[in-house]
Amino acid sequence: MGETLLPLADLHAELGAKFVPFAGWSMPVQYTAGVMAEHLWCREKAGLFDVSHMGQVMLPADADATLEGLVPVDVIGLPQGRQRYGLFTNEAGGILDDLMIARRADGLYLVVNAACAEADIAHLKAHLSGVEPLTDRALLALQGPMAGEVLATILPGTETMRFMDHAVMIWEGADLWVSRSGYTGEDGFEISIPVAIVEPFARALLADERVAPIGLGARDSLRLEAGLPLYGQDLSPEITPVEAGLTWAIQKVRRRGGAREGGFPGADKILHQIEDGAPRKRIGLMPEGRAPMRGGTALYATETGGLTVGEVTSGGFGPSLGAPMAIALVDADLPDDAMIWGEVRGKRLPARQAATPFVAPGYKR
Amino acid sequence: MKYTEEHEWLRVEDDVVVVGITEHAATQLGDIVFVELPEEGAEVAKDDEIVVIESVKAASDILAPLDGEIVEVNGALADNPGLVNEDPTGDGWFFKMKVEDLSALDDYMDEAEYKDFISD
Repeated sequence: MGETLLPLADLHAELGAKFVPFAGWSMPVQYTAGVMAEHLWCREKAGLFDVSHMGQVMLPADADATLEGLVPVDVIGLPQGRQRYGLFTNEAGGILDDLMIARRADGLYLVVNAACAEADIAHLKAHLSGVEPLTDRALLALQGPMAGEVLATILPGTETMRFMDHAVMIWEGADLWVSRSGYTGEDGFEISIPVAIVEPFARALLADERVAPIGLGARDSLRLEAGLPLYGQDLSPEITPVEAGLTWAIQKVRRRGGAREGGFPGADKILHQIEDGAPRKRIGLMPEGRAPMRGGTALYATETGGLTVGEVTSGGFGPSLGAPMAIALVDADLPDDAMIWGEVRGKRLPARQAATPFVAPGYKR
Repeated sequence: MKYTEEHEWLRVEDDVVVVGITEHAATQLGDIVFVELPEEGAEVAKDDEIVVIESVKAASDILAPLDGEIVEVNGALADNPGLVNEDPTGDGWFFKMKVEDLSALDDYMDEAEYKDFISD
């Protein structure tokens, strides 16, 4: 044991969850329906995810300029009521974590990865004061094409939110912090809610027949089909944002020639790579046949011999795609149309390069 | 039917042993998306890793339960690996093997012993 229990642990058990340890938490990996059925449900209806393991942190409203010193992102220009994807970088230009940053009237609200939360909070505290980890709030995600209709019945007003809007809603007298965002490639919401009322709120959502609980297993296959990177696999301190295909997350104002150019850890290297290229690049792969190429699979440009040209960072089977898929980090000079072979159990199996997302997203922009 | 601690079932049909995984194992593995089977005609030794099962979650190995020769594999699993979840002890079988000595099966659990084994 030793894993922290989610506030909704009893509800998950009641719903037939199987639990696995993940980043120090005991997490529901699947419910009775199973990973495949949960994945497909979320793509067709609405799935409820408990992501209360993730770190939630408040910063004072005037911390925006200081926070910009830690992330290559335009925080100062982030309007109130909007959320933006960000990255903590290190001096070598690698990625310490990826996070969401929302601006509210009362401050900046951050959501960070569970496995990195402790280090992130220490990192923030080393650079700014008033860092407040929120230990009394749970985090739920409602994802899928019917998520908007379902949530509007419980939280009227959420239907007018756009992708990456952030708003405070009142439910049963308590503040709910709602973002129209997620990690599945579908339309949906992430809802921060006081632990004291998370169970009745989750039950109210689950009472809607369009909603089913979705575990960590389907969360991974959904995000992979959506081409969304996972920290610890596709992102790490040894991979720069440019290599990871996250140049889009670095706004022009922080790049060379921008009004607030650089000024974040690893800026020299990262800004140089934006202009002159990086040694490696992230690609999507669709292995031929049905055998998945999992993370760590060595990749080659030829069927026999030769040196590796990279490796799979995340791979699995896409239930909606009906085929295996992978995200890989490869040499930047590998031609876009080149066939690739992945070494699976001693055999080189062919894979085509493919655009990500593998499945068309449903974001409400 | 006989059962191994690796959650395989073994059923003697004529003079060959049919091998698959139990319903318990199929449930534990979750949705199976790919099964790699041995070559027909392959000589295998007990505990060789001869089958790979990929579920949505992860890959698992299945060991040869006995020494012998693979005489037939279930080709239907190539296009429809989900048969292992749907009918693990029927249409979801993996391979048939010819063994020298059928009495080697006696070392494995019967159904009651296997039920005890998985309830621990």
